[in-house]
Amino acid sequence: MTTLDTGRAAAPRVSFFNDPVIRGIIYQVVVAGLLVGFIAWIVGNTAANLAAQNKTTGFDFLWKTAGFDISFSLLPWSRGSFYWEAFLVGITNTLLVAFIGIILATMLGFTLGIARLSSNFIISRLATVYIETIRNIPLLLQLFFWYFAVLKAMPAVRESLALPFDIFINQRGLMVPRPTPDQEFAWVMITFGIAVVVATALSVWAMRTRTLTGHYPRQVVLAGKAADAFVTFLIAFAALLVLFAVIFPISNAPVLAAILAVLLAALSVTRFAALTRGVLSFVIAFLVLDTALGSMFSWLPSLFVTVLGAAVALVIARVVYTGALERPPSEARFPLALMAVIVIGAPALVYWLSGATLAFEVPVLQRFNFVGGLQLPPEFVALAFGLTIYTASFIAETVRAGIQAVNKGQTEAAQSLGLKEGDRLRLVIVPQAMRVIIPPLTSQYLNLTKNSSLGAAIGYPELVNVFAGTALNQTGRAIECIALTMLVYLIFSLLTSLIMNWYNARVSLVER
Amino acid sequence: MTDIGFVRADMVDAKPAPNRTSGAIAWAQKNLFATPLDGVLTVLGVVFLLWIVPPLYNFFIGHAVGPSGTVEECRMENAGACWAYISSEMEFFIYGFYDIPQQWRPNIVFALGAALLIPLLIPKVPFKRTNAVLFLFAYPVVSYFLLAGGVFGLMPIPTEKWGGLLVTLIISVVGITLSFPLGIILALGRQSKMPVIKTLCIGFIELVRAVPLISVLFMASIMLPLFMPQGMTIDKFLRALVGVTLFTSAYMAEVVRGGLQAIPRGQYEAGASLGLSYWQRMYFIILPQALKHVIPGIVNSFIALFKDTSLVYIVGMKDLLEAVKTKNDTALEWQSANTATTGYLFAAMVFWVFCFSMSRYSIFMERRLNTGYKR
Repeated sequence: MTTLDTGRAAAPRVSFFNDPVIRGIIYQVVVAGLLVGFIAWIVGNTAANLAAQNKTTGFDFLWKTAGFDISFSLLPWSRGSFYWEAFLVGITNTLLVAFIGIILATMLGFTLGIARLSSNFIISRLATVYIETIRNIPLLLQLFFWYFAVLKAMPAVRESLALPFDIFINQRGLMVPRPTPDQEFAWVMITFGIAVVVATALSVWAMRTRTLTGHYPRQVVLAGKAADAFVTFLIAFAALLVLFAVIFPISNAPVLAAILAVLLAALSVTRFAALTRGVLSFVIAFLVLDTALGSMFSWLPSLFVTVLGAAVALVIARVVYTGALERPPSEARFPLALMAVIVIGAPALVYWLSGATLAFEVPVLQRFNFVGGLQLPPEFVALAFGLTIYTASFIAETVRAGIQAVNKGQTEAAQSLGLKEGDRLRLVIVPQAMRVIIPPLTSQYLNLTKNSSLGAAIGYPELVNVFAGTALNQTGRAIECIALTMLVYLIFSLLTSLIMNWYNARVSLVER
Repeated sequence: MTDIGFVRADMVDAKPAPNRTSGAIAWAQKNLFATPLDGVLTVLGVVFLLWIVPPLYNFFIGHAVGPSGTVEECRMENAGACWAYISSEMEFFIYGFYDIPQQWRPNIVFALGAALLIPLLIPKVPFKRTNAVLFLFAYPVVSYFLLAGGVFGLMPIPTEKWGGLLVTLIISVVGITLSFPLGIILALGRQSKMPVIKTLCIGFIELVRAVPLISVLFMASIMLPLFMPQGMTIDKFLRALVGVTLFTSAYMAEVVRGGLQAIPRGQYEAGASLGLSYWQRMYFIILPQALKHVIPGIVNSFIALFKDTSLVYIVGMKDLLEAVKTKNDTALEWQSANTATTGYLFAAMVFWVFCFSMSRYSIFMERRLNTGYKR
């Protein structure tokens, strides 16, 4: 062993003020000193100002009676409630609208993001126009539009717009039926929980077996076939019943529908399963198109609509039929129908056997207003709607960027392995795209939550409105109220970044 | 031979060669009817367009009441947008309560701004440095004295009277020009090796980014007066400006940090080995490269700021949105079924034009500056 002689002389002496280390310390001391001085100045000023205005400070006001009304609350609220309860009401209202907004915006945003990448010219252009229009207009303006120009222009209570399923829209908001489950209904919910667990365990076992042996377990395949036929029967029966009872009214519609449905279900277990799918998709597409076109273009003659609907439905059916011909045999497919039968069928069976009832309290128009049901105020509807529409355009861009970030070579490699479009997306593209999509997606969720504070401008009682607005004005405790409000958002944000850091560490590429 | 069910055992037949590869029919085949599913989507898309376009056309143009129309026409059954309302209230939407005989002053400010900004944005025009100095330093001073008055015999006009598009543009221009350098300083501070400065910058950036702008504005408008010495009042306009600027600078800092992190270490070291000081290194070597990387992010922050100026409405400022809303609610002589809708659509169009042109400009600049990465 030899000692290394780098031949390097000691660093040359520099003058005291040119030494970067000492300079750094001086800078920091100066900055810290300035900051401390600034804060002391602010605190002094604030104390003097508060003393001059005869205001007290402290959080004791939280335990005083609030004495104001909150128009919409999930928690029990009365004028006699305390300020800390108002704080909680604000938080729950913020979380409620954020939760609903996030779910809807995710669905709309993913659809739009994928649509914008579609090779279909019209679809991608439609998505582009939506995204470029919506994201260049301020959210507050959109909220005003929905609230003041659309919802406030809805008909008065007596002329409410009636939608299907006993839903009504009027100036005072959206009235929807409220589910009122009875005691026995708890059993249905418990069964549902058990069924979800059973189905999950079953599918994990089936997948694992297939990974090991190349085949799904024989019992699962058999049960899956039966479930397939059963689900086919149910769907066919429902679709045909509507067709024969509503569109082409004939006598004995249920009987005919049942016979045809049984035939289709029987056909679906033979090698002509593709035919079943083709016929079913024709019927369903025709039903949807006939209804939708009929109501969209009410000025067209109904015969024309029917013929047009049938023609388009025929094309759709052909697409489904060719697709179905290419489907792998049922032995090689994941038994989705079986899982559906377990998850939905078991609770339905318990519901029927136990005699539980799930009544819906329908909103009814009384003399001056609707009574009963769940009444969503227009502020809530406008805010949730506006947040969804606005955030969806940003989520769409996130999704598009994520999908485009996946190297084209991945698509080509998957194609050369012979994977089909769906498998290629599901197994190769989406898992890699998700790694890029999820972090910005989370920050969009956070943005949506923060943007829900704009509800204050249209009178939705969320946190900023209730606490940094009404409570602040009534108590005059500006510092406390704003600090608490900001603290809540800070906690949301910190929680999100914690989760994000954990996720990023989990999914990040393991490199050399 | 494998017996695994989900693996294809036989080859797929080769597809026949396409008949045409160019022309309208080939284009339609490729972009509209590539697969039967595509065909269905095309048909559904066309149906959707047929459903949505005629009513929109009728509302905006077909049945709309033109700028010279009357309120009676707007109140008629089936009338579309009431553009007459917009044209008659246009002055209010642009200037707010600014005294009408004095409106030449904001006009000069607008014209000066355009005259200085447009050459700044066109890459080929010379004298960029002079132009930038004039726009960033001389123009704000001139504009302030022109708008506020009180000197050279100009009638003083308090900021409470300013309103409409004027206020929206002032807040966004000031916010953009102030938040950009502030954001750069914060980003550099966050990269700094000095723990005190680094902690301060991280704390500020993360705190501001965690809370909604509305609460920052509330804080600026309610708490700023409390923080000042007794007897000293801060103009409401200034409070909103402070709030918007601080808020945007935190976002800007994160964007700039992204650019800084994309610069390889070697660039810093090369600068240091040339004997450049920290600020010289940043100004000549690091920032020009870093900022070029993040132009889309910077412009996105500008667009976000421009849209966010509408939030000052909540703390009682009179921007374009406030002007439109006030007129919608109070202009009884223009009351009709579509007045409010028309007003908001007009405001939306104004905001859209500004934001969309900003985003197009950023794409243009991105392409222009994309040197060295071209293949």
